[in-house]
Amino acid sequence: MAGAGGGGCPAGGNDLQWCFSQVKGAIDEDVAEADIISTVEFNYSGDLLATGDKGGRVVIFQREQENKSHPHSRGEYNVYSTFQSHEPEFDYLKSLEIEEKINKIRWLPQQNAAHFLLSTNDKTIKLWKISERDKRAEGYNLKDEDGRLRDPFRITALRVPILKPMDLMVEASPRRIFANAHTYHINSISVNSDHETYLSADDLRINLWHLEITDRSFNIVDIKPANMEELTEVITAAEFHPHQCNVFVYSSSKGTIRLCDMRSSALCDRHSKFFEEPEDPSSRSFFSEIISSISDVKFSHSGRYMMTRDYLSVKVWDLNMENRPVETHQVHEYLRSKLCSLYENDCIFDKFECCWNGPDSAIMTGSYNNFFRMFDRNTRRDVTLEASRENSKPRASLKPRRVCPGGKRKKDEISVDSLDFNKKILHTAWHPTDNIIAVAATNNLYIFQDKVN
Amino acid sequence: MSQKQEEENPAEETGEEKQDTQEKEGILPERAEEAKLKAKYPSLGQKPGGSDFLMKRLQKGVWDTISSLEPKGMSSIEQKYFDSGDYNMAKAKMKNKQLPSAGPDKNLVTGDHIPTPQDLPQRKSSLVTSKLAG
Repeated sequence: MAGAGGGGCPAGGNDLQWCFSQVKGAIDEDVAEADIISTVEFNYSGDLLATGDKGGRVVIFQREQENKSHPHSRGEYNVYSTFQSHEPEFDYLKSLEIEEKINKIRWLPQQNAAHFLLSTNDKTIKLWKISERDKRAEGYNLKDEDGRLRDPFRITALRVPILKPMDLMVEASPRRIFANAHTYHINSISVNSDHETYLSADDLRINLWHLEITDRSFNIVDIKPANMEELTEVITAAEFHPHQCNVFVYSSSKGTIRLCDMRSSALCDRHSKFFEEPEDPSSRSFFSEIISSISDVKFSHSGRYMMTRDYLSVKVWDLNMENRPVETHQVHEYLRSKLCSLYENDCIFDKFECCWNGPDSAIMTGSYNNFFRMFDRNTRRDVTLEASRENSKPRASLKPRRVCPGGKRKKDEISVDSLDFNKKILHTAWHPTDNIIAVAATNNLYIFQDKVN
Repeated sequence: MSQKQEEENPAEETGEEKQDTQEKEGILPERAEEAKLKAKYPSLGQKPGGSDFLMKRLQKGVWDTISSLEPKGMSSIEQKYFDSGDYNMAKAKMKNKQLPSAGPDKNLVTGDHIPTPQDLPQRKSSLVTSKLAG
């Protein structure tokens, strides 16, 4: 299972062929910092796709109903709503700028006609309600049609206002603002399966919130040492178990994962399970700890496995086995011989995310040069694909890409030194049930679908 | 399930190489890279994951971010600055300048008259609609 991208066999089982569907965003060469996409997330049904960017804005796309007269065009995603979620702030006490960049978006399960999502920047989490309005009341008694108040003494008759249809309007309003609970930068939020609580994690602490209560949160993990000189690791990601509302995991910069059970104690500083792959001490180098830092952790939909992403690989862990992962997939092993320059240009600190497909049979993560990788867990095949404007003809099949680690470059291969490290795919999302993926390439959002055979 | 059991040692290049691969490609690239880095930055500390490295990450703020732009090997002593004035004074000392220059746009308005909110430069304006929605 060489890391240089598998043969021409697509991942996902059943001879899946991925095709271009849509791309969103501007084509300019000069990308404004604010337009860089910082998070991508499908909702529970997959009908809505939300993106957050460095400018603090959220854009939500909705999947169109499939058109029976055009059976080939699967439901396309079009803009549903967009709003400014967070704005830049300044902490005057600490002389710190608080970025408006949206770090994470998490949807709540839908309970009524409206949609709810949580969005967070470094310091503040907000609950947004997105609702549709397609009717308007007319014929008020106390107001004129243009809104002016009528003089009550002049009203001689009463009428019943009528509801009239109007153009669909989608409104987003902030319903809760969960602020001032984090000293360090929030890296994760995760909605609990009880649909009432959620957790937020920063570098050193994890807090538990109730969705209705904004002025209080419980601290459930605190790894801040009494003496900061003794600090050896930070929390990098955290997630609730998809079914067990008392279980959550958090990953660290040292490549370990701790599973905690909230039933055991109020403060979960003592883990219930500790996942760590033993390291060969003779292979240790200056870079070992940095590249072992876990940038993302995701439970499988089944709740039986979890996946972690470190700099060079993706690992699948069985929750019942703590001493090593059950699978390790190399994402871009050819970068191991470039670690020095990747350290100098800070790329070694890039935080890649990873995701499961609906049936948990395939996993996906991003890489550089706008490449992203997919691994089929059943067939053990993997593929490297590229998100680029060149492959953006409607329903054009994506051709597998190959990176040549060194030495002789074959035709159609790209050499490691030609990779563009500024084109990084950090955020990807997989539709909860269908084979539709959303890939964020800097300021562009690509949507790919499988070709029905 | 037999497929999974085969994956005792699934990856070729993870930390737990067998004896053979140690001599081959497994460790050598990383160690070679480490040697390159040490050659460029001799003062680099032994423990990159150590507390000063993490502290830098935790205390990321305006003035700390700027200080982290200095070559990584040189700022092994983590300096936290009180504010922009403090940072600029320290920078001035290092560069032996007479008059430290203030931060980019900060001094446009102050000094002559009392500024009003309208006069102050907008720090960031991302109130433009996202191009994704265009």
